[in-house]
Amino acid sequence: MNSFTLTQATAADEAVRDNTSHDGAAYLGGGTNLVDLMKYNLERPSHLTSLGLLPLTDITTLPGGGLRLGALATNADTAWHPEVEARYPLLSQTILAGATPQLRNAATNGGNLNQRTRCYYFYDLATPCNKREPGSGCSALTGPNRVCGVLGTSESCIATQPSDMCVALAALEAVVRVQGPDGERTIKFDDYHRLPGDHPEKDNTLNPGELVVSIDLPAEGYADHFTYLKLRDRSSYAFALVSVAVGLKMNGNTIEKARFALGGVAHKPWRDQEAEKMLEGQTASPDLFRQVAAKVFAEAKGYGEGSLHNSFKIELGKRAIVRALKQATEMSQVVNPNVFLNSNP
Amino acid sequence: MSQTIATPPTVRLDSDVIGKPINRTDGPAKVSGAAKYAAEFGVTGPLWYGYIVNSPVAKGKITKIHADEVLAIQGVHKVFSHENVPSFAWFDRAYKDDVAPGGSPFRPLHEPEIMFSQQPVVLVVAETFELARYAASVLRIEYDVEEHNTDLNSVIGEAFDAPRGKTGFVPPPKPKGDMNKAFAEAPHKVAGEYIHRAQHHNPMEMFATTVDWLGDGKKMKIYDKTQGAPNVQQYLAKIFGLSTDEARVISKFTGGGFGSGLRPQYQVFLAVMAALELEHSIRVVMTRSQMFSFGHRPHTLQKLRIATDEQGHIQALEHKALAETSHFENATETVVNWSGILYNSPNTNFDYQLSKIDVFTPLDMRAPGAATGNFASESAIDEMAYKAGLDPLDFRLLNYTYTDPTENKPFTSKRLDDCLHEGAARFGWDQRNPEPRSMRDGNLLVGWGVASGCWDASMQKAAAKAVLSADGHLTVSSATNDQGAGTYVIMTQMAAQTLGLPMEQVTFNLGDTEMPAAPVQGGSWTANSVGAAVQNACQEVGKKLLKLAQKMDNSPLDGVDFEDAQFVDGHIRANEDITRSVAIEDILAASGESKIEAEGKAGPNPINMLKYSMHSHNAAFVEVKVDEDLGTIHVTRVVNAVAAGRILNPKTARSQVLGGTVWGLSMALMEETYLNNDLGRYMNHNYAEYHIPVNADIHKIDVIFVEEEDDIASPIGVKGVGEIGMLGVAAAIANAVYHATGKRVRELPLTSDKLL
Repeated sequence: MNSFTLTQATAADEAVRDNTSHDGAAYLGGGTNLVDLMKYNLERPSHLTSLGLLPLTDITTLPGGGLRLGALATNADTAWHPEVEARYPLLSQTILAGATPQLRNAATNGGNLNQRTRCYYFYDLATPCNKREPGSGCSALTGPNRVCGVLGTSESCIATQPSDMCVALAALEAVVRVQGPDGERTIKFDDYHRLPGDHPEKDNTLNPGELVVSIDLPAEGYADHFTYLKLRDRSSYAFALVSVAVGLKMNGNTIEKARFALGGVAHKPWRDQEAEKMLEGQTASPDLFRQVAAKVFAEAKGYGEGSLHNSFKIELGKRAIVRALKQATEMSQVVNPNVFLNSNP
Repeated sequence: MSQTIATPPTVRLDSDVIGKPINRTDGPAKVSGAAKYAAEFGVTGPLWYGYIVNSPVAKGKITKIHADEVLAIQGVHKVFSHENVPSFAWFDRAYKDDVAPGGSPFRPLHEPEIMFSQQPVVLVVAETFELARYAASVLRIEYDVEEHNTDLNSVIGEAFDAPRGKTGFVPPPKPKGDMNKAFAEAPHKVAGEYIHRAQHHNPMEMFATTVDWLGDGKKMKIYDKTQGAPNVQQYLAKIFGLSTDEARVISKFTGGGFGSGLRPQYQVFLAVMAALELEHSIRVVMTRSQMFSFGHRPHTLQKLRIATDEQGHIQALEHKALAETSHFENATETVVNWSGILYNSPNTNFDYQLSKIDVFTPLDMRAPGAATGNFASESAIDEMAYKAGLDPLDFRLLNYTYTDPTENKPFTSKRLDDCLHEGAARFGWDQRNPEPRSMRDGNLLVGWGVASGCWDASMQKAAAKAVLSADGHLTVSSATNDQGAGTYVIMTQMAAQTLGLPMEQVTFNLGDTEMPAAPVQGGSWTANSVGAAVQNACQEVGKKLLKLAQKMDNSPLDGVDFEDAQFVDGHIRANEDITRSVAIEDILAASGESKIEAEGKAGPNPINMLKYSMHSHNAAFVEVKVDEDLGTIHVTRVVNAVAAGRILNPKTARSQVLGGTVWGLSMALMEETYLNNDLGRYMNHNYAEYHIPVNADIHKIDVIFVEEEDDIASPIGVKGVGEIGMLGVAAAIANAVYHATGKRVRELPLTSDKLL
């Protein structure tokens, strides 16, 4: 870890000014990712703008029925907020599927969006990684890459965005409000994270100095038909191999509106709007779900066979979509099947 | 003639503590934070910190170290590397520790050559940890990179027979009969190949050493994370030419070892070297990723062939294994022997070979070799049972052997049959429909599997000292270790029982080389070896007490031999007439002695070892529930029945078996270190990506102890429970997955992708 200076900002505009007036500055939220990365010597900010005192911790109802999640509200406070639990249970479940209670107590909503990949090579300075060191190469293309992506990848990078929460935010079509040196703007969630292309070092579309101030949820929370299916290598404290967040509006057995996103498979929460349209106006059925799943993974590319490599995610991802859509339509199993609850203790 | 523990009297007394589920005496210190681990001890003067730099490449040579750049940073005192490492000892032999395998041990910072990725190449010493870490992060080191090979599959053709030479390694049994002919002619047969790749121990506590430089010649107190302080001491003494007085090694608490602390790790070498060179107290702590830079359970490829006659009697058994080792040492485990010990076959063939790749030498990891071999052989036995049309439990009983077929010796005791029966009853095995895919819970497939296991009941030389002070407090010590096994409490029980004192009046100390020598804590031999030494030391104190009692006026114990006396409830009594009794406190008061002390010893009985086979056994029964569409497997129920001689403390023994069971589950479903052969480097070197179970993965585990009376395997009747609980579990899970799904998975871990 290198030496750095630190400023405690008390307002968003002050934070932005502080951040933009220092070279090599970073924003510090809950610190659950950035501080780790600094200890690993992967991030070397010379200045930190601490956001801990910013008044951005509230969760408030928006005109029109949406909900505004303060960027500095913790993941735990968000997941357990009565409005979130009642109207956006998908978001609540998704947050609770991630990390551990300790981490969720410290991690902030804004920070969750900006957490970096868990690709093994990104985390190991001894290995080539284009995301960490542009131009050095991608070790994951041929090496063990179980944690890496199969959709929207490039020859530069096959890393995944590791958040669970963001998968729900993508399905819920959240809007990210940011403040920068030139004032405020909003970014549609689909446009917030980017695909790696030739610049995997850039995770998102934030401009220099821009700060997330809130995440705004539209009024529709799909509280009647939703699911978050997270498949992982153990029941807790593991990143998704594949996850699916689904929100549906149903009329009887007919799907009126469908939104879903995948985690663990791409450099961003993966949405396929054409696949969503395939569901809308249709009667829910396993055949339909299989067609949708096939569409989502039609262009997928696996990087090697066997359990250390990620080609299996294509088949697993399809099955996960089918299962998640079934769960959301039937609301038969709202408990994540990856966490087994013993019925006869 | 060894004495057994004093026979429990008919009336239970406070001092009758063996076999009772007594809480750990070290528990309060551990949960309150009072227990100090190696990196937590303070030192007398100021403390400096060393930070280790590891090689990013797997093979090559260091050409330049830009040490001057970091030495310019204020507070950085030294950059140790091969360029300036003092020439303490140059002979391989000096670096051999008690449990080193054959070959040439790794000598840290000895030469510019790189033999494995993450090889320690530099120690940066600075005034604070943060500064040392920073300096290490900016230190530029240049390498000439050479081509490495870490792919075991590519060197199968270079395999060689595993040489002897390592403590505990038993070469494969000799072949019997005509394996190929018997296999070819048998009506029922199975053949399969089994794989698991490298696994790392991952104890919670990082390897760490704090050297307290005492400023009197070369005197040091060396607080080290290890499973055996004496082993570390002799290693350091040989390398650095130190006396035992100069290199006092202390290890009071060990936050898990699982074998990783059997050999001295390189941080202790680096810390002591730096302390000697700088004449300064120093602390070196590894990072979590550095915990992947030394030994591991080796990647092993196995082949099994089994065949039976029409009735299901095994006629042919072949078990072959090929394991990785480093280029500098021949790490050996006993892998293939166990199937031959469990089942009698007239025709057998066993084979165990090594191939060298560019990694650090593999290192014993919980149930070393047995966990590997047992997974393969007990999976194959299950498959064989199905081929022969028999229930897997019945098949094991049909092929049960009362003698060890590999050595043609009787077992000192073997109640595996009772483990199988009692485990089956507890599990409800008779409700099992043997047909694969026949049992369901909603949309989940249910599978029930069984497997058995065995492990050595062995004994090593150990010593202990007992001191009874005038106030009646008994303090017993031995330089053994407690990596969480419960050594503190069972030795306290052993001492209390032997002298008939209440637990509160007894203290057991360990982990200090000033105490009588004990072996490293491994192999499940501590309870047996150190326990017998503690008993022996206490008996010697008891003999002295009896003599003192007999010197008292009108002693009621006049003429009573030690063998005819009992030590119960703070008194010495005559067996034949317990009213002939003297209180120990009265003896101490009358004697005028300030203390009574004695040393005790224990060791293996070579005659018994020639005559008998000594093993613990277990049977694991497992229920899995499988979501077939998604490949998820949950182990919802385990019954683990263990026959391991006398159980000194059913509470800590149960904890050991619970831990072993979780280890088996972990091996079956999760553990694997991902080796990138392009880079020659393990890649998931952290707790986030090297998966071990969390609480939500663990459901009901039921432990049964089938006690055995066995005073041949051990003078105190103990076989040890450190490893046995792990055995059977991984195979039982794989067998249960077969029963649930009809799929035989022969590659661990059983991740969801393997069921898609």
